[in-house]
Amino acid sequence: MRKALAVARKELRQIVRDRRTLMTLLFVPAFFLLLYGYALNFDIRHVRLGVDDQDRTAESRSVISAFVNSGYFDLAAIVDDASTQALMNRNEVGAVVVIPRGLGRALLTGAATPVQVLINGDNANTATTVMGYALTILQSESAKYQEGAGAGGRPPLLTVEPRVWYNPQLRSTLFLVPGLIAYIAMITAVVSTALSVAREKERGTMEQVRMAPLDAASFVVGKSIPYFIISLISALGIIIVAMALFELPMRGSWSALLLALSLFLAGALGLGLLISSISESQQVAFQLALLASFLPTLMLSGFIFPIASMPAALRAVTYAVPARYFLIALRGIVLKGAGLQTFWVELAALAVYAALMLGLASIRLRRQWQ
Amino acid sequence: MRRVGFLVWKELLELKADPRLAAIVIVAPLIQLFMLGYAATTDIRDVPVVIADADRSSTSRELIARFEASPSFSVVAVVSGSNDADPFLERGTAWMALSIPYGFGAGVHDRRPQTLQIVADGSDANSATVSLGYAGNLITVYGAEKSAALRSAPALRGGIEPRVRVWFNPRLESRDFMIPGVVALLLLVVTTNLSSMGIVREKELGTLEQLNVTPLRRWELIVGKLLPYALVGMLDVFLVIAVALLWFQIPLRGSLWLLLALTGVYLLSTLGLGLFVSTISSTQQQAMMTTMFFFLTPMIYLSGFIFPIENMPAVIQPLTYLIPLRYFLVIVRSIFLKGVGLETLWPQALALAGWGVAILGLAIARSTKRTA
Repeated sequence: MRKALAVARKELRQIVRDRRTLMTLLFVPAFFLLLYGYALNFDIRHVRLGVDDQDRTAESRSVISAFVNSGYFDLAAIVDDASTQALMNRNEVGAVVVIPRGLGRALLTGAATPVQVLINGDNANTATTVMGYALTILQSESAKYQEGAGAGGRPPLLTVEPRVWYNPQLRSTLFLVPGLIAYIAMITAVVSTALSVAREKERGTMEQVRMAPLDAASFVVGKSIPYFIISLISALGIIIVAMALFELPMRGSWSALLLALSLFLAGALGLGLLISSISESQQVAFQLALLASFLPTLMLSGFIFPIASMPAALRAVTYAVPARYFLIALRGIVLKGAGLQTFWVELAALAVYAALMLGLASIRLRRQWQ
Repeated sequence: MRRVGFLVWKELLELKADPRLAAIVIVAPLIQLFMLGYAATTDIRDVPVVIADADRSSTSRELIARFEASPSFSVVAVVSGSNDADPFLERGTAWMALSIPYGFGAGVHDRRPQTLQIVADGSDANSATVSLGYAGNLITVYGAEKSAALRSAPALRGGIEPRVRVWFNPRLESRDFMIPGVVALLLLVVTTNLSSMGIVREKELGTLEQLNVTPLRRWELIVGKLLPYALVGMLDVFLVIAVALLWFQIPLRGSLWLLLALTGVYLLSTLGLGLFVSTISSTQQQAMMTTMFFFLTPMIYLSGFIFPIENMPAVIQPLTYLIPLRYFLVIVRSIFLKGVGLETLWPQALALAGWGVAILGLAIARSTKRTA
């Protein structure tokens, strides 16, 4: 342990000398959360609407104002058959409503009349939502003219009473912020360690370390201690920003959160060191770090893309992504107020991952030193 | 020009001497594309749902069977009371709990309107909204069928008949939209990384001094560094586009040649960006951090790759014009899905080319051989 602390002291001195790196690691993460937490959401509003009104009656205008007054659509252009294609191609409109001539008269005489809605489908997710908005608006507009519907009609046999727990207003920030915390903590930890061993190898200082009376395990532990402290400070900074500015609640206990965070960071640092120990050059280490930490944390952790929707083979891969466990635990502690007894499986998985990574890194180094 | 040729040769030799790096830059993007291609779907399927059936009648079982048969849901458990369902939500093993109250089946048979309660886990707001929509729809359809079977309801007459048509992606496959994006992202990750280490490595190892004493000019150094990485990048381009077309069967409606040409322009900006980072950093650690924090992360989140730019607050939107990936995403997606050509895409192509030239110019200006 004394040896490990000596390595930690040496590493810390080196970190402090590189002021730019230190400041970036400490403060940029919290700034990032501020920027992205504010910028990102899935709430689709202000869809640019093109209108092709061939009818020009009170009824057709009522349909158009129903779209505009819904709050989801902004009237962006008056279009015709010829200009629709170009506007859609350039993404200047997200949807187009085409009202055929004769709509007003037909509605008043009780005949069914088609109204066409064209939706720009290049973003399938947005398009699905926009389609839902359009259908709802047209149905409620339609009910005004239909016989047997409306106030005098029978209520439907089955109705649903939806209730949402943990995030009743369904704010997407509350869902994205924990994901961003995991993402930022992961890259901070991996960026800080992935090059550390490879650098010593590349510069030839590894020989000196090898000659020192030092075993691989205390070298690895010593290397991770200062970065652990730095990552923990910066991760707590992010969480405080999230709570102060994005109304992230804290329904569980701080000690549970600290435990989950520490285990996650230890695993991430271990991964960084393992990458560093198997890479001969810093360039290889960087590339491996991107592929092993950055992309999986973004795509395979359940942060943005739901794991339940992935094919079974890929779902199996996600069990190897530590952010997956951390996200379940973090959302559970912060949003649901669940205690350790609910998340011991995830915490155990994080602990196993951390031990495995740090262990493999030590073994790998010991082999290289022999 | 001959001097540039020698430098390119030296770089390629270095790449060859490091077989692991060569393997990574070729094999890794392919593996990633396979994984991300399957992962990057915003379609919501197999929503885990727990059903608390206090009724246990044939009607309630019929409703449960509907949920089991639906591709949108996967029923993880059927319990007897809603208290038993709560732990599923708390653990996160179910996203939604449907409670069927006692007397539901009898009520339906007497044609009394029934209310079913659904509790959704809102911590994933997006999935919760979508799955509540699915569930509401499934129950309404079931209710309408039941009501029609019990007593023929009068058909509605007249009104507006919505006819919705989705352009460019009629089946609303999010994969067709995401995979071109993943291609753009992977190219960015691989090429920026390679070039960002390019010059700073020579600085750190002290070999830049040796290059300084050669008659190599500044721009020759940059171009010589850039060309081999561009070669590797183009190789990756062919590989990932081939996988997108042949394996994932993404329709390519536009011209392949235009796509390749504009991808070349895009590589100019990603490689230039990497070299620029390389010239402003003094250690590889700094270069890596700058790339990850200040380039890759903003590009992923603010380019429209996942989060639509239209949804961002008005103050943030102008920032996205600084991001080359923004333009390239519009280009790849439009060529793949809409089949449009330069007549529509010229503003993006121009912006991308301008970006590439500007960042390369900056990199050359910054690479003062003296102070390096």
